[in-house]
Amino acid sequence: MNLTSKPNLRWLVLPLAFAAFTTAAPSLRAQQPAADPKAAAKPAATDELDEFAPKPAPPLPAGMTGSSTTDPRFTLKAGMYDAADTSLGIKHLDFLKKPAPFRLDATSPDDPQVIKTLNQLGVGDPAKMPAALKPVIAQLAYANSDFAFQGTHLFQGNFYGISIYDIANPAQTKLLTTLICPGGQGDVSVYGNLLFMSVEMPNGRLDCGAQGFPADPPPPAPKEGEKPVSHLPSPEKDRFRGVRIFDISDILNPKQIAAVQTCRGSHTHTLVVDPNDKDNVYIYVSGTSFVRQSEELAGCSGDAPDKNPDTALFRIDVIKVPLAAPQDAKIVSNPRVFMDARTGALNGLNNGGNHESKPGDKAADTNQCHDITVYSAIGLAAGACSGNGILLDIKDPVHPKRVDAVNDPNYAYWHSASFSNDGTKVVFTDEWGGGLGARCRPNDPNKWGADAIFNLKDDKLSLQSYYKLPAAQGDTENCVAHNGSLIPIPGRDIEVQAWYQGGISIMDFTDASHPKEIAYYDRGPVDAKTLVLAGDWSAYWYNGHIYGSEIARGLDVFELTPTANLTQNEIDAAKAVQVRELNVQNQQKIEWPSNLIVAKAYLDQLSRSQAISASRIAEVQKAIAKAEGSNMATKDVDKLNKLAPSIESEGSKAKTPADAKRLLALAEILKHPSI
Amino acid sequence: MSRYLIFPVSLLAVATLTAIAQQAPVVIQPGAPGQPSKVLPPDTHATVPPVAKADIDFMQGMIMHHSQAVEMTALIASHTTNPDVRSIGAKISSSQSDEILFMKRWLVARGQATSMEMPGMPGMDMAGHDMAPMPGMLTPAQMIALRAAHGAKFDHLFLAGMIQHHNGALIMVNDLFNSAGAGQDADLFNFATDADNTQRAEIRIMQGMLAKEQPTASPKENR
Repeated sequence: MNLTSKPNLRWLVLPLAFAAFTTAAPSLRAQQPAADPKAAAKPAATDELDEFAPKPAPPLPAGMTGSSTTDPRFTLKAGMYDAADTSLGIKHLDFLKKPAPFRLDATSPDDPQVIKTLNQLGVGDPAKMPAALKPVIAQLAYANSDFAFQGTHLFQGNFYGISIYDIANPAQTKLLTTLICPGGQGDVSVYGNLLFMSVEMPNGRLDCGAQGFPADPPPPAPKEGEKPVSHLPSPEKDRFRGVRIFDISDILNPKQIAAVQTCRGSHTHTLVVDPNDKDNVYIYVSGTSFVRQSEELAGCSGDAPDKNPDTALFRIDVIKVPLAAPQDAKIVSNPRVFMDARTGALNGLNNGGNHESKPGDKAADTNQCHDITVYSAIGLAAGACSGNGILLDIKDPVHPKRVDAVNDPNYAYWHSASFSNDGTKVVFTDEWGGGLGARCRPNDPNKWGADAIFNLKDDKLSLQSYYKLPAAQGDTENCVAHNGSLIPIPGRDIEVQAWYQGGISIMDFTDASHPKEIAYYDRGPVDAKTLVLAGDWSAYWYNGHIYGSEIARGLDVFELTPTANLTQNEIDAAKAVQVRELNVQNQQKIEWPSNLIVAKAYLDQLSRSQAISASRIAEVQKAIAKAEGSNMATKDVDKLNKLAPSIESEGSKAKTPADAKRLLALAEILKHPSI
Repeated sequence: MSRYLIFPVSLLAVATLTAIAQQAPVVIQPGAPGQPSKVLPPDTHATVPPVAKADIDFMQGMIMHHSQAVEMTALIASHTTNPDVRSIGAKISSSQSDEILFMKRWLVARGQATSMEMPGMPGMDMAGHDMAPMPGMLTPAQMIALRAAHGAKFDHLFLAGMIQHHNGALIMVNDLFNSAGAGQDADLFNFATDADNTQRAEIRIMQGMLAKEQPTASPKENR
């Protein structure tokens, strides 16, 4: 470590979307996205940056509808740390700013640190910026990304490293360790003493250095009339793009023990645990970025499959991690999950082109997965693979086989997937605009950038409905469907999901054709005048609380509160499910304990759906209360046991499959109750 | 060489706060695989590499490239009633207008011009002949033909032209990542990668629409 200051040091550079600096006038336009832009006379420009202020969305295409502008989430006051917020059925318990290495503490616009940062960012003349914006812009270094959980530890990825938090008391979450190790996007998974991290950017280094790699000297200018000679950059043996593995047995001093290089880097990765293999775990690597040269990593080719059958396109990579020797982790297969099973063509998922196809058109075939969610309990994985949603049979995890694929003209970019707990539904997300754009404005169609809910039966996917954040968002809020997890509420399919600056939305998709929102949390934009990349990357339920990974601001902790759509019993039943680790894309089957709190949750649901009579519900509730009061006295337990057969028979008469399942599950608990 | 600026005060802080070191968050920089990690002072700031000239060129060039796509989609309202073309056109217009603003913000925030210098710009030969200035851009003749077409003819020229245009953007992204030192800014990396991915997806959709319009073109499996 070099403790002396060097003139070329850049100690804080703003890496992620930040903003134009506008004067007040354009913000008025920004707040009126539905208005005719011509109606508001454009004020005389007082700043050369006025032209970059957000513009209202174009009109809705015919037949499309947008989200609601009467929702309170549409007009929340902006601010980095003082934005207004609003919620329904969610209580905000704790907020922690990003760790010091990934943020700037100064808040005054004239703080020397702010001015120095802005100068180093190349902002030009900071004196010309509105004062209020200076600390906002200077704060936005280093985006947070995804989460993993283990015991009382939370791992938060960042484009420049990983932060580890102690969540033993979630309302008083504490930062333990910050790893500085750049390379983006820092997708994380954890298994035992192993922490995995995705790296895809060209500045990633084997040694976690932050300096990146220099540009080559400029080539000599071409002679007049000659085309410039294109030259490839020098291969860098210290560059790292792939999956890092850290040993976290000392949580305060993790060590890098392996770094598995891949041709396209790792945009995301998925931990795969084969129930039949106790000696290894596997990592599915989804690379979405460019293929590097074979001079840098042997065997890498970005050629079309007809030119090079070993192309790094049209595949995922599978890493095998021997648990006894994780330092020996290596790629063991490159499954061709897009292959046409009949013809053997690697690019089997394409539209066949047309008579005007030119060389290069083939590049439009689906050649990558963005993220894969594995559900080993049912032997399937759902891949969100840019142009398609695919279903993989993963019973042999090293050789996943595609069993179905879907596409949808409303979908711009198949981004992520999650299964319902019973494996009968899959929720895909469409990250239209890559998360960088405002895509929840009143005029943005609510079939674009939305969730798509599919039924899954006999390995076939069928589209049932779309779900998009029902509240419209402003022009300065990047917003689109993003990462979420199931909330283990028995008897219902409920997902908590992040929508970037659209906040967090909790969706009930028990009825796949009619998903609906049951709770939410939202903040105002970081800035009212300019779109600054921020908002929730992920919102996941873990052992009783919801955690939000805020890209620009930090880490949020929430809990559910009861509403008409969700009772305290249902919340408590969800809290009764405790897991040792959570890697959301390695989906685990939720098993509810045979507890009376779970029974009470079912009763609340049966009451809500009026599946059985109110008097019948009251009778069972009374018997449960009595058993709880007597600490499960034998006669009270007997009474519960006796109620079971009649509840079971009600199940066979239920009007909906959901109620039938609830009644049968309730009867099972009454047969073997515990508290 | 490690590149962290350490404030002098931090050394003092490390010395005096040893007593509460157990509670204070630690900042670690891991080493290469198998190497030990380093403990850094708690007020360490991470750093990023400088922006490369190829990054600036890419953003400036892509603004010009996107502008033509927006120009093409602006014709849709008056030139066709095909709902599929209108839908994909609306999506492209929305995305690319938004991305133009994004790219301008990115450039201005780094003290850069939002357009390339005109003199010496590749693609404009001295005689002013039809030459696409950026890969995939429609020539003036192609734009004239597009403006003159209506209905099914317009649909066809629009889809074929936009596929050509999008394929050019893919070439630009490829060139960017084939430049040493480029793409190390997370903001730009994300944008370029996303532009590549979404334009591939849009090409797929438009190819499907063209194939539907041309039933004689050999249909292949589309699953």
